[in-house]
Amino acid sequence: MNEPLIQARESFRFYTRLNLLELTGVKARNIQELLILIEKSPDSVVYHHTHHFLQQHVYLSPEPPNDFAYWVKGILGDYLLAEQLASIDIYDFNSLKELKEKICSVIKNYIPQNVQCIRAVPLGKEFNFIKAVTFVLPTLYQTKNLAEFLVALKKVTIHSLYFHIFESRLRLKQPTNDFSYWLETSLGEKKIADALNRLDPYTHTMEGLRKKICELIENRIADC
Amino acid sequence: MLTLKDYEPIVGTQVLDELKLLGQKLSGKIVQHINSTAVGGGVAEILNRMLPLLKEVGVDARWDVIKGDDKFFAVTKKIHNAIHHSPTAVTPEEFDILLETNRENARNMDFPGDIIFVHDPQPIALVDLKKELGKKWIWRCHIDSSSPLIHVWDMLLPYIQQYDAAIFSASVFAQTLPIHQFLISPSIDPLSDKNRPLPREQVNGILDNFGLDRGRPIITQISRFDRLKDPCGVVEVYQLVKKYTDCQLVLAGGGAADDPEGEAVLAEVREKAANDPDVHILLLPPDSNIEINALQRGSDVIIQKSLKEGFGLTVSEALWKETPVVASAVGGIPLQISHQFNGLLASTIEGIAYNVRQFLHNPKYARLMAQHGKEHVRQNFLITRHLRDYLLLFLAMEYPNQDFVLL
Repeated sequence: MNEPLIQARESFRFYTRLNLLELTGVKARNIQELLILIEKSPDSVVYHHTHHFLQQHVYLSPEPPNDFAYWVKGILGDYLLAEQLASIDIYDFNSLKELKEKICSVIKNYIPQNVQCIRAVPLGKEFNFIKAVTFVLPTLYQTKNLAEFLVALKKVTIHSLYFHIFESRLRLKQPTNDFSYWLETSLGEKKIADALNRLDPYTHTMEGLRKKICELIENRIADC
Repeated sequence: MLTLKDYEPIVGTQVLDELKLLGQKLSGKIVQHINSTAVGGGVAEILNRMLPLLKEVGVDARWDVIKGDDKFFAVTKKIHNAIHHSPTAVTPEEFDILLETNRENARNMDFPGDIIFVHDPQPIALVDLKKELGKKWIWRCHIDSSSPLIHVWDMLLPYIQQYDAAIFSASVFAQTLPIHQFLISPSIDPLSDKNRPLPREQVNGILDNFGLDRGRPIITQISRFDRLKDPCGVVEVYQLVKKYTDCQLVLAGGGAADDPEGEAVLAEVREKAANDPDVHILLLPPDSNIEINALQRGSDVIIQKSLKEGFGLTVSEALWKETPVVASAVGGIPLQISHQFNGLLASTIEGIAYNVRQFLHNPKYARLMAQHGKEHVRQNFLITRHLRDYLLLFLAMEYPNQDFVLL
């Protein structure tokens, strides 16, 4: 039997994040242009190309991990660089600036050793840079204990889940997520918070992730 | 009339809750859509479905259709083709017909909208009123504008640049413009007559009525009779497939009020089919949604062999019905089909024919692709996602130049 469930010191409000995609009109025709343009890109562009697949392909895992890797593999046909780009664990980074630097450093290191592979793609196959215009808004769900949290967790959209799990690292600039932070600091549920932090969110679909978190909480509630 | 609640079994309560939250932020805002046809074609179809939903979430959505004569629509068809990069000359005198028709409509219309949402090139010059009226103006280009003919694009550019934002259906359509450009894919309505579930008996009855033999494979392309949809190429695809499989071809589509080329294309297709009794050319009236639904459900493979495509929503329609699709990788089609994941893409008549044979000879493979296709459409190309994007777009007009908005 575990500690009894308590009321939270501060309630948890579920938010959701919705993106409108803005076309920048900026296009890269080869790997060198891609590098230069990523370096010049604002965070909202890097964010879109490294994160949108998480929400867009919710029914299949694994998925192409970022647009840069997808283009390098599918259009440039450069499998080695694509693998290096795909292997960047975006969950390791607490800021988009760091993530951008990592992507650029992988490409920078690759180009000098593979000058012979640099070629331009045909018209229409360029990499089109897209920016995410982000709207964040509170949902109707506010919870004060674990049981209420579980109910809300089952009701919110994947966009809300996404906001609290993936986006939180970038916002909090800490290797944690909103759920773990609240569970630990407001409910004293360190064990679930740690377990949730250990989940590899990139190998689950969003619905799979929801199921996993619900299971953790259901087990905790059942243990009381 | 359908309400958002009707979509709950398809997309879930959560999605609808988000739409309502967004709608509350826009309550009472008047959004005035303007296009050039009330029936036929994808734009009218989407607006017919979208407006009641916008109203339900709190947006005062309205729709006006501009008027034009045959000369006007002949010019706008040329402009349409030129944006698609089809070799077409549009003279300054012809463009003047468009401008004068726009001026005439502007004189006879009211503009109560807080946001004026103009669809496609036909009413594009109405934006000249912006200097006088103010308001936010959005231009929605439903056409593949990836490589427009420069002389025509240059005619349109002074008008496009006056808008607050332009909307394109695919990232490859983006142009270098001094205004905001947003990416919003169109959508299908899973509850419309064209897409809602149909009883098997009804599907069979409709196939029988069209004289189709349900005992042999049916391959179908649903499209307007338009050269950019390459219906003659589809007949050639069928002829190649027929060498291996005793199949039937259906080419079914209607015309739109703003498309004067349809009859000529239809005659070309009939000549190409050369009275083959297994080629069924069906010129359907605009209200043939149930028939199209049944044809998409009753076919073994759906083809969309477009040479250019604004988006190609017939692909999503077929995928939603879990019918395998073979299509050309143009316009917005690659957004809807990831090759060998939820359908097959090809560029040539031979390539399309080969892929059709793959599906006909490997039904389990075809089934898997089709199942993936349905989920892909559920997540990305249903009207509820489209509604969400429009609501975000209207909000973006209130927060120009901001990448992050806390509502």
